[in-house]
Formats: sequence, C-alpha cells, structure tokens
Amino acid sequence: MAGELPVMAALLLVAVAGTAVVLARDPVRQSAVLAGLGLSLAVLFAVLQAPDVALSELAVGTAFTPLMVLLSVRKVRHNARRSERREEHE
Amino acid sequence: MSLRVRMWVLAVGGLGVALLLAGAFTHMPDFGGTWHPYGTRAVAEALRQHSANAVASVNFDQRAFDTMGEQAVFFGSVLGTVVVLRQAGDEHRTAPEPAFVSAPVRRYALLVLPVTVLTGLYVIAHGHLSPGGGFQGGVVAATALHLLYIAIDYRALQRVRSLTLFTLADAAGEAGYLLAGLAALVAGAAFLENVLPLGTFNTLSSAGTVPVLNAAVGVEVAAGVVVLLAQFLDQAIVIEPADGRGHRADGAARAAPEGGRP
Repeated sequence: MAGELPVMAALLLVAVAGTAVVLARDPVRQSAVLAGLGLSLAVLFAVLQAPDVALSELAVGTAFTPLMVLLSVRKVRHNARRSERREEHE
Repeated sequence: MSLRVRMWVLAVGGLGVALLLAGAFTHMPDFGGTWHPYGTRAVAEALRQHSANAVASVNFDQRAFDTMGEQAVFFGSVLGTVVVLRQAGDEHRTAPEPAFVSAPVRRYALLVLPVTVLTGLYVIAHGHLSPGGGFQGGVVAATALHLLYIAIDYRALQRVRSLTLFTLADAAGEAGYLLAGLAALVAGAAFLENVLPLGTFNTLSSAGTVPVLNAAVGVEVAAGVVVLLAQFLDQAIVIEPADGRGHRADGAARAAPEGGRP
C-alpha cells in the first residue's frame, strides 16, 4: 500500500487539475490551468514509470496546446474589437 | 438507410465492441503486478536488437509500421492547418509592430533559448538510448525557437524562421521515414525491417535503423510544429480581415465569454 502512495497522490493531482480546467471559464486563464493539468499528467506518467510518455505530455501539454489556445483567443478578441469599433463608427 | 436501420447497425456494432472489450479485460494483467506478457517479450526483443530504450525499440523497430501511420497523422494535420488557416482572398497582411519587452523577461528568455533548443536536439539524438525521442525532442526544440517571440518580438522570429526551409524539412522528414523503409526492401528484407548493423549496446551508434527512423521523425515533428505554430501566429498577428461587413469570425467572437484581459 505504501508503495502506491505516489501513484495515488499523482492521480489526485490530475483529478484536481482536470476539475480546475473545467471550472475556469475564461479561455486565457483556462490555458494556464490546462498547462498545470499537462504538468500533473506528466508527473503521473513519470510515477507510473513511463518517462517517454511523460516527456511527450510535458512538451505538448504544458507549452504547445496552451500556446495554440492563447493565439486563437488573441485572434478572436482582436476581430471582436474591430467589429465593435466599426459599429461605433457607423 | 433509414435512421432506424442505422441505429440498429450502431447498436449491434457497439454491443460487439463492448463484449470483446469485456472479454479482453478479464485476461488483463493486474495493475501494478509483476506479470507483463507483452512487456517481457518487448524488452527481450529490444535487448536482442541492441536498443537501450525499449520504448524506442517498440516504436521504431518492432512496430515501426504503426509509427509510420502516426507520423502520417501528424503530417496530415499540419497540412490541414496550413490549408485552413491560409490567408484568404478577403484578408490582408499588416507589418507586425515592435513590442516592448521588460528587461528581465528578455534576459531570461534569451538565456533559456539556446539551452532549450540544445535539450530538444539532445533528446532527439539520444532517442534510442534514453527516454524521449524524435517526437518529444522535436516539440521541445520547435517550441523553444518561439522564445524569440517572447524575448524580442514577432519580427525577430520571422527573420530566423524561414518557412520555406521548415516546410521542406517537414516533407523531407516524412519522406525520409518511407525511404528508410523502402531501403530495407532494396536490402532484401521486409518493409521497415531493421537491416543496419546493430552496433555496441548503449552507444550512439547502436540499434540499427532505430536512430535513423527516430531522426526522420525528429526532423518532421520539429519542422511541422514550427510550420503549424507559424499559421496560428500569422493569423493572430499579421493577417487582418478585410473591412467588408459580415466577417465569418464576428459571430464566434461575440460568443466568446466576457471578462479577463484582452
């Protein structure tokens, strides 16, 4: 049982981080919390002795995916501001 | 086919999959147990092929054909992104503006940039020896390059990042994997079979074709991630919708939740 404590702790961390991602409603904050979920998943895989998968999750989950979300949000908000300005103008 | 018939086909298929899964699960090794029928065989085969990282041996030797499919999936998704996010006829480009970056951020990012790129290349090169490989190292090296955008601005990144070169490298990596597989045919073996000399265990020149296929994936993923992120960055920074009314993104923009920093 004592040997499974790290796995239990990592699973708990993933559950907490996953819930936090769902509860964060603003996409910008959500992308930061998503990076946290990626990090906790990487910890879980490392604890389960799968370092290759942990590295993949670390690279994709903490840097790549949040970056794509942030860039998409920037584009969408930029367009929204433009159309608001245009409506004011008209 | 009517909706009713389609639902029945779906139900039969779903039931079949559920039964097969349930049957398979009863024969699964227990979680955390010592009995690993697949693992034991895979590790023995990895040692026989002089591959220190058993996972790399599974990916690039024992199941090299599966990895070819996965690599094609990544290549296809990059290609799809390039097509979908390309500059449309009613959009125009603006020159990116220089951005103000606070001195500590700039110093830290410029300090970490070479270290991270080197780490990525190290992970690619040692894929057959230590955890990691072409995919992991490729993503690390490619995202590390974008520290330039954080440290300076988009113009600096554009100057270093030749999209023509990275697009060519992406295609070359994808083609390299196939050519390495075909080379085995020429050598008189099966497609993607490990035909190169196996070398000394746990050295850079070991495991036969594993480091070759690993390098092909590394080049493809590193270049692919750069090309993929370039499409997103271009759309976010330099591509502007035309001033005409009824832009498609307007609806999506209004549906986005309010609040937070713009």
